[in-house]
Amino acid sequence: MNEREHALHFYREMLRIRRFEEKSAELYSAGKIRGFLHLYVGEEAIAAGVMPALNSEDAVVSTYREHGHALARGVPAQAIMAEMFGKVEGCSHGRGGSMHLFHLPLRFYGGNAIVAAGMPVAVGLALADKLQSRKQVTACFFGDGAVAEGAFHESLNLAALWKLPALFLCENNCYAMGTAIEREHSQTNLALKAQGYSIPSRQIDGMDVNAVSEAVKSAVQHVRSGEGPLFLEFLTYRFRAHSMYDPELYRNKEEVLEWKKRDPIVRQKTFLASKGWADDAEYSKIERDIDMEIQQAIEFAENGHLEPVEELCSDVYARSVK
Amino acid sequence: MIKTTYREALREGLREALQKDPRVFLMGEDIGRYGGTYAVTHDLLKEFGPERIRDTPLSEVAFVGAGIGAALGGMRPIVEIMTVNFSLLALDQLVNNAATLRHMSGGQLNVPVVFRIATGAGRQVAAQHSHSFEGWYAHIPGLRILAPATVEDARGMLWTALQDPDPVLIFEHVMLLSQDAELSSDAGPVDIDTARIRKSGKDVSLITYGGSLPKALEAARELGKIGIDAEVVDLRTLRPLDSRTILESVRRTRRAVVIDEGWRSGSLSAEISAQIMENAFYDLDAPVQRVCTAEVPIPYPKHLEDAALPKVSEIIDAAKKVAPKHG
Repeated sequence: MNEREHALHFYREMLRIRRFEEKSAELYSAGKIRGFLHLYVGEEAIAAGVMPALNSEDAVVSTYREHGHALARGVPAQAIMAEMFGKVEGCSHGRGGSMHLFHLPLRFYGGNAIVAAGMPVAVGLALADKLQSRKQVTACFFGDGAVAEGAFHESLNLAALWKLPALFLCENNCYAMGTAIEREHSQTNLALKAQGYSIPSRQIDGMDVNAVSEAVKSAVQHVRSGEGPLFLEFLTYRFRAHSMYDPELYRNKEEVLEWKKRDPIVRQKTFLASKGWADDAEYSKIERDIDMEIQQAIEFAENGHLEPVEELCSDVYARSVK
Repeated sequence: MIKTTYREALREGLREALQKDPRVFLMGEDIGRYGGTYAVTHDLLKEFGPERIRDTPLSEVAFVGAGIGAALGGMRPIVEIMTVNFSLLALDQLVNNAATLRHMSGGQLNVPVVFRIATGAGRQVAAQHSHSFEGWYAHIPGLRILAPATVEDARGMLWTALQDPDPVLIFEHVMLLSQDAELSSDAGPVDIDTARIRKSGKDVSLITYGGSLPKALEAARELGKIGIDAEVVDLRTLRPLDSRTILESVRRTRRAVVIDEGWRSGSLSAEISAQIMENAFYDLDAPVQRVCTAEVPIPYPKHLEDAALPKVSEIIDAAKKVAPKHG
């Protein structure tokens, strides 16, 4: 891809995630999607900027706000939608729902709904790569809330101690559910915490897909070269509520509006315009393609099948006894 | 036949696994240079080196989770958790990840990791090192729970566990470590699916596992002297339970005493008792009896620790209470 194509790809990918999330919210209100639904709206630049820097052999460990990660990693939109509809055609056979997207062929290891609990698993995946002398990277996403968990600290220490090929990607969206970062961390510069474990770290503008991409490219190179883990903190913001049940009593509208001025999609569009790399026809085509993809994903999910109740207890063990 | 301790048998099992499968590695607290808190891994570092015998920081969440991750990444990790009480620090990884990933991923993932966990009381190490939580773990679908009670099982369960595509927790009772027995020089893998009748009998079934097996066998010997022929069932696998062997034994003897070092309320002994009631009620000649640990955090002083744990005399009394020709 040349520079223009790259820039357009980022724009398309962010918009694709945005539209997918907006549609998911509608489908939630319509009762098609149930359980918890955590939307990635506002944070799209991170997933879109990170994934192209990874290759297909690399592993990704994610959180419960992972639709964007899965889409950008290449998990088909229809498999994600079917998963949220609870259909067997879903990427986790319909058993996980919104918070537990898995896709082994793409080494997408979920979809973990316990805050920070994916981190030790990511450390183990990186250990397996190192022990088998594979030049692969494990990219581990987590939020600012995870940084308060013991698992975060234990994982960073172990990864650094054993010089493991783990890339820690902190999506700091300013809130651990409804608790503002100033109310949850004594040190609000989260990148500094990694340095306590001798892990190189940086804060990156998570609303700028190009900044994300540049930072991740060099970070992946560092980790892949065997120099040990690296930590990036992306400063970002979720434009919508924590989940569909959240009345947002903990933040004011002005703050949200202030962050929306930094919308990563608008920003990328401005960038494209400044370069003269896209015209209205191009934007319309992108919108149409995305609409069509999402519409097809919904049809696929609607037409999917529910797992027969007789299979309720399958896949608990590989080997059944007697 | 060679005289072997339970500890040496565990070590031989580890050595065999490390020799036969290059994907196997060990990790845990003080398993390398220190040689293992209970000396099970003594000398393995010298033989296999620090890449495969990995000392970890005191980070149960991280190294238990890393065991899960390494298993997902194609390795066959054996993770030692120093004491069952410490495993509670990593309960999230064991219950929310190891046990769930196969099902929740729609069968895409599997977690072939083995956790070795020291369990049980008897060493006067008080209430944060002495408990028996294997019954808790046996509550969790997705986990396979083993409790080797003999030298043969200490030697042979590990290899079979490593062949299992799912997470296996092996609970090694600390009071068994120094017990010895004759072991065949070509002893090797054993099945991990079935309970065993350790002593046949016709009057009452003593159903137990792990550290309580020697007590049940001793009680059976004493009962024999007074004309009660007790059968001793060693569960070996606590999940999935070999219900068939339990029920067949009870149908033969028509009486059961369940001995469990866990606390009585909500224990594995309660599950076994319920299964007998559900499936063999009309075969019973007497109510199921239980001998369990007193409902108290295990105390430090020897006399109180002894008083808290299942005792041979209690097993005998329980058997006498239900056995035929005894009033």
